[in-house]
Formats: sequence, C-alpha cells, structure tokens
Amino acid sequence: MTTTQQRRLEYRALFKQNVGKRLAVDKAVRIIIFSCVIIAIIPLGSILVEVFKNGITAISYEFLTEVPGSIGSGEGGIGPAIQGTLIIIGLSSMIGVPIGVMSGIFLSEYGDNQLARTIRFFNDVFMEFPSIVLGIFAFLMIVLILGHFSVWAGAFALSLIMFPIVARTTEESLKMVPVTYREAGTALGLKKWVITFRIVISGAKSGMITGILLSVSRIGGETAPLIMTILGSSQFFSSMDVPMDALPLRIWRLSLLPYDSAQLQGWGAALVLIIIILGINLGVRYYFANKKGSIFGRLIKQGVSGKK
Amino acid sequence: MTALTTQSRPSLDNSSLSKEDYAGIEIEKKYKMIAENVTISYGDFVAVKNITMKFPEKSVTALIGPSGCGKTTFLRCLNRMHDMTKNAQVEGKVMLDDIDLYDKSVDPIYHRRKVGMVFQKPNPFPTMSIYDNVVAGLKLNGVKDKKILDEIVEDSLKMAYLWDEVHNDLKKSAIELSGGQQQRLCIARALAIQPEVLLMDEPASALDPIATQKIEETITELKKEYTIIIVTHNMQQAVRVSDFTGFMYLGDLIEFRETKKLFTDPKNELTAKYVQGHFG
Amino acid sequence: MRKELLKSSKVGRRPISDKIFRIGATAAGVYVLVMIVFLTFQLISESYPIWEENGLSFITKTEWNAVEGREDFGVLPYIFGTLVTSALAMAIGVPLSIGIAMFISDAPAKIGGPLGFLVELLAAVPSVIYGLWGLFVFRVYFVDWVEKPLHDAFGDSIWIFSGNPFGLDILTASVILAIMIIPTVSAVSREVMKAVPQQQKEAAYMLGATKWEMFKLAVFPYSKTGLIGASILGLGRAVGETMAVTMLIGNATGINAITSSFFKPSQTMSSIIANEFVEASPASLHLPALIGVALVLLIIAICINVVAHILVTRMLKVKEGAINN
Repeated sequence: MTTTQQRRLEYRALFKQNVGKRLAVDKAVRIIIFSCVIIAIIPLGSILVEVFKNGITAISYEFLTEVPGSIGSGEGGIGPAIQGTLIIIGLSSMIGVPIGVMSGIFLSEYGDNQLARTIRFFNDVFMEFPSIVLGIFAFLMIVLILGHFSVWAGAFALSLIMFPIVARTTEESLKMVPVTYREAGTALGLKKWVITFRIVISGAKSGMITGILLSVSRIGGETAPLIMTILGSSQFFSSMDVPMDALPLRIWRLSLLPYDSAQLQGWGAALVLIIIILGINLGVRYYFANKKGSIFGRLIKQGVSGKK
Repeated sequence: MTALTTQSRPSLDNSSLSKEDYAGIEIEKKYKMIAENVTISYGDFVAVKNITMKFPEKSVTALIGPSGCGKTTFLRCLNRMHDMTKNAQVEGKVMLDDIDLYDKSVDPIYHRRKVGMVFQKPNPFPTMSIYDNVVAGLKLNGVKDKKILDEIVEDSLKMAYLWDEVHNDLKKSAIELSGGQQQRLCIARALAIQPEVLLMDEPASALDPIATQKIEETITELKKEYTIIIVTHNMQQAVRVSDFTGFMYLGDLIEFRETKKLFTDPKNELTAKYVQGHFG
Repeated sequence: MRKELLKSSKVGRRPISDKIFRIGATAAGVYVLVMIVFLTFQLISESYPIWEENGLSFITKTEWNAVEGREDFGVLPYIFGTLVTSALAMAIGVPLSIGIAMFISDAPAKIGGPLGFLVELLAAVPSVIYGLWGLFVFRVYFVDWVEKPLHDAFGDSIWIFSGNPFGLDILTASVILAIMIIPTVSAVSREVMKAVPQQQKEAAYMLGATKWEMFKLAVFPYSKTGLIGASILGLGRAVGETMAVTMLIGNATGINAITSSFFKPSQTMSSIIANEFVEASPASLHLPALIGVALVLLIIAICINVVAHILVTRMLKVKEGAINN
C-alpha cells in the first residue's frame, strides 16, 4: 500500500502546532539549570565571604604566634596550631611522597602485568577509605602500642591519604611522557633507573608536582585522622611523643565552645587555613594550568581534592 | 534561438554561462530550496565562499568535489546544523519555499522538521528499538495515536526499503541491525516526520556495495516525492542517482548543471579534470 | 680481549642497580596491599571483643551505653544516621549536580571554564570549615527560612517535619553534605555526558528537537549508567564524610539517634567515632565498639564505591580515547 500525497498531508496536519510550547519548556529548563549553578556557587561565595569577614578581625601578630589563652578568655592565639599544621604536612609528605612516587613509577614503568593491575585497582579502592578509619588504623598501629599520642601517628595517618593520590598522579604524568624518550635512553645504554629519574621524570615534572601539591593541600584540611593521633594541644611542638595542635583540630575544638570569643578565634583560624589551602590550590592551577592542562583536569575529577 | 526540448527535467546552468543557454529553456519545476550568497567560515578560515545554488523540487541534486571542498559544510547549513557548531559563522540566505531560514525572526525548530538529514555514519539511537527510533520525531511533534504511529512506521520503513527485513520484530534494538540496515533505519527516521527535503551526507560511504545499491534504489524512489540533496565523493553514484550536480572546489561552486551534461561535457576545465579523475 | 668485552656487554644482563630499583618500585606498589591487609586485620582484631560479646547482633542493636558495668553497644542507629543523611544528600545534591553538568557541558568555554573551576573550588574547602560555616552562618538562615516555616506548616501532619527545629539535625547536616558532594558528582557527570558522540546529538537536532529534548533523546539514555555511577560515587563520598556532619548533626546516641523527623538530632558512624573515640577507655568495651563501628563503616563505604566505579568505568571505557579536557 503506497501512501498518497493526500495521506501525507493528513499526517502533517496531525503534527501539533506545539513548537511554541516546546520552546517554552526548553526555556524553563534553561532557567532551572542556571539556578542550579547559582545555588551551588552561593555557598562557595558565602563561605569565602564569611570566613574572610569574620576571621580578619581576629588576625593579629599575637593571634598568629601566641598560644591559646584560657578557655573563653579570648586571649592568646593559634600559634601552636599553625606550627602543627606545617609540621604535620611536612612529615606526612616525607613519608607519603616517596612511597607514592615510587609506586607511581612501578605502575607506569613496570605496569604491564597482573600484579600492577591488582595494585592499581586496590590503590583506587584505598583512596575511598574514610579518613577517620585511617586515623583509627594509625591509632592502633602506633598510639596504642606506644601508649601515648604521637606526632608520628598523625603523620602516618595523613601519609596514607597522600600516597595513593601521589601514586595515581605520578603514574598518569609518567605515562604522558612518550615512549620514544625511554627508547632513546635505552639506545644510549643507560640503566633503567637512570632513564626514569633523569629523563622520564623531568618530562613529567609538572604533572607530578601538581599531584603532590594538591595532595598536600588535601591533607592540610584533614581533621578526623588527627583526632585520635595527635589529639590537639595548647602548647607549641615539643616532642614527637606528645599531642600536637593543628589548624583543623583547633577550629573544631573552638567551634564547640559556647563563647563568642572562641567563635571569633575559630573564624580567624579558618581564615588562615583557607588561605594556606586555597593558596596552594590556586597557585598550582595558575602555575601549571597552561602546561599539561589535560592531566590537570583529570586529576581534579578523579577526586584528588575531596576532604572528609 | 533554438528551442531546447527537454524530457522531464529543466536545464539549469550557473550564471557564468552566456545568456543563450538560458534562452528558450522551459522551467517545469520550481525550486524547493535556494541558497543565496552563502558564506560559511570557522573563525578566520572560510570554508564556503559566497555560493548561490538552486535546488529543483522532486529531483536529486548531487554535490561533488574533492575532500575539503566544503560540500558537507554547505549541506549542513541547509538545515541550520551549524547553529550547534561553536565557532561557525553563516552569512547569506537559505530559502525553503518562501521562508529564509536564516532570517532573524525564524526559529529553526519550526523548520528543521521539514528538512530531514541522513548522516555519513548511521546513527540510530542505540538505546531504542527500531520502532522507537522511527517514531522519535513524531513523538516530539505531539503525535500520540498508536494507529497513526504504526501506519507511519510501516510507510517510512517501506520507503526506506527496510520493512520487509524488520517488520517481524520492530521491538528489536536498533544497534542489532547491520550497518546498511541501520542507515536505512536512519532514512526511515528522517522520513517519518514527513519532511519536504532530504539532505544526505555521503549516506552510503560506510556501507558495502549491496547495501549501497539498496540505498540508491531508495533514493531513486524517493525523489518522486521529495527534494533530495546528496553529498557524495563517488562520481559514479552521482551519475546513477542524481538529476543535477554541483561541483565544488575549495569552497567555490565551480559548475552546476544537469548531471549528464556535467559529466559528459563539462564547461569548466577544473570540472573536466575532476570528473576524469585527475585529482580527487 | 674478547672475554672482557663480552663481560662488560650489558645485553641480556640487568645491572644490580636496576634490580634494586625494580624491587624498590615493586615494594612501593605492594605497600598499598600491605596496608589494606594490615588495616583490615587490625580493625577486626581490635574490635573482636564487641563481636565476641554480641555476635552479629551488634549490627542490629540500638543500645549505646558506655557506663561501666552496664556496657551495651549497637551500631544500628549510626547506620541509620549515615544512610539517611547520605541518601538525603544524594536526593538534593544529584539533581543540582546534573543540572550544573548540563549547563557547563553546553556552555561556551568562556563561561563553562570559570564555572567549572568555581565548582571544583568547592571541593578544596576543608570539611571542618564547611562545619564552621554551617554551624554559625547557614544554620541561622536555614532554621528561620526553611525549617521553622516547614514545621509551622506541616509539623502536625507530616512526621518528617515534626519536632521543634533547632538547626542541629538530620536536615541541616544533609544539606551541607549535598553541597559537599556537588563537585564530585557534577565533574563525573560532565565526563559521562561529554562521552556522548556528537552524531547522536545531531540526530536529535535533525528531528527538530530543542536542546532539552536533545538531552532527553540523545544524552540521558546514552549516559544513564554513567550518571547513576556518578550519583553513587557521591553517595560514597557522603558516607565517608566526618567533620561537617559531626558539627551539624546534633550528637544523639543510641536509640535516640533513630528518628522519624528531619528536625531531630541524630548520629552517623563517622560522627560517633569523632565524638567519642578519645574518651573511650581501651580497657572497656567502648573502644572495641567504636572500632567495630569503623569496620562497618569501611565495609559499607567500600561496597558503595566499588559499585560506583564499575558503573562509571563501564560507560567510559569505550570512550576513553575520546575524552579530552
């Protein structure tokens, strides 16, 4: 049965003159989607504004360098917390970065076998371990054994957060270096470790540094693993075997106090912390943004920055 | 002046020819689409340079030319596909019947339905069945009556020469079909919305010879009702299916004539070189 | 002479330094496996007392009593708290995230780039600062503009809105959680939507579809699996989240943590640990109980994340080559 011209005209008549309505629906959807964006940006704006607005009034030389005063007095500062954050970041990096880099080298340069695939998979799984669980692990492995809170425990816990991220970003950066570089090195008779460190890594440098710095900024804001490892303190660092303070811990403890002065100090500490973290984040983006843009975006998307 | 007797088709030449060739020619068909002074550029690169082409209704017009000559770019401006391309600027007019598609007041949604398109690689919606693929456009336009939908599905699939092969199982997933069948499904999908013009961008280039033949048969049948504009790099195909041919080179329209005449007696040296296979 | 040359030729023989290098790299790679094994072992063995005491009913009990002599612990209320807040966070955060992903994936680079950057900046803010802001800024507005009106209007009729809202409750914690998962879910959604081939979108446009109709025809059906994976990834993030939730959920324990109202305080698995861990005496059953909670939390978090991973990579695997940033 062939359809006639007549029938076709009838079909066309059936098409509802609904284009106007469809365009209206499309417009409504556009508006809804745009509001989604606004709804997401508002908290960010509010957080930054409030932290700055409230925190700036607390900032002073004394605030940044003194020990906390008695509870509720509003005196003193967050000196130990700042010092502690810097110390714990440094120590954790000393542990986590070498392990992460070597692991990344393994996955990239020796990675074409079942063992590597297994490691890669579990690396990704480990990244999803809740950070408070990692803190408990450090507690059980170190604090419980030693019988006291320990800075090593805190550094260990944070290093556990760091190394999978560094491993992943190192692997991706190294993989982006063309195989020809390595072949050239082999042709020159160089040993593999020399090729890797001298040639391949220098090609992957910016990606690797990006990954390392981003993981540093991530652990700088971590609180949960520090609760049961370094506990927090009102004193400056004295030894590895006593509790130590850190900015996230201090912010948390201050927020629990019912005093306005404590609240103010909390905002001040938050401002210092945000400046450090956003400083690293933005610095990394600005400095490395134009070089290996593609690996950068992917690192972020793979949840490198997702604090718990 | 000689009165040229034409059989069923009018003769058309591009305006660079002398007046005598126009004289005495009877135009039996009107033009369904007219592209006037169309220029398409991507940033600084001008892909299509000030082309004017007229497409007679109920016939097949082929666009040929070497890769990069702009034929696909030009084809896609006929249904405002370049709206979706970032960076593309289109100047000029494209008339569909009496309406300039590029007029500021025109929203392309109204008119895209009238200009169906079949792409180079078959692209049926992979999560939908054969039936759902064909009715996709109909549902957009508010047709809900199952009987009508069934009728149109059968009609469209028959016109695309696919009905016999699939009518037993219309609920089958579209991607289970072979490449040639998928392409005919795409033709059916485009036909279902009752277009008036059909744009085809190298529709058989990804298909084997048998499937290609089927597609060409479909085109020859369809031109009785539809205006078809087909881009092809296969000159034999152009000869087989088209009534008129436009030869493009580096963004310019070099020659536009009845297919037979263009291939047997090209007026332009470049055209002659191309159809003789001197470059491609 | 020949002997010396052959000896010094490195063909076929790996130098010692390279062997050491390979061993070192492999050790570093295996480190993660060792850590996982140790961690699991430690959690199980240190929480053993509570399993010995209760068996699997630890998971179904609702008691939470740390008083010496009357110790009794059950993790169910905190599973409830975690799942309810996370599910609510997903319900609020996922639609927002997909909307954002739709906007950015279709916007010109000049707008999409900075916007994507801002959304990613949300992920850089530490959890404790979300908690601080939630506690002293967001809560005030939220109680006055959302919770109180809802309570006044529906408090008597709909049970989830009963209970006088004070701000430290399930709803507040869930909303902050929702904001926190937006960067992850929208980033992954964007990747997933980008993987839809251009020809699919063109086919929809050819039929005369509007942009929204094109999404319905070409993008969503194609990327459905990946979007679900992205959402579950967000769920996984929410489940593992600690500080912001701890600061906003109100610290109820035991049976009191199970409530039918959004305006009542509760407790999640991570927040009970954060709140009570340092106070718990290792000699009592309290510490093993908290470690047991950590074990349950770990298992739930990992299961969710593995499922999410599978869904997302299944959709992206084919398109891996096509993704560029």
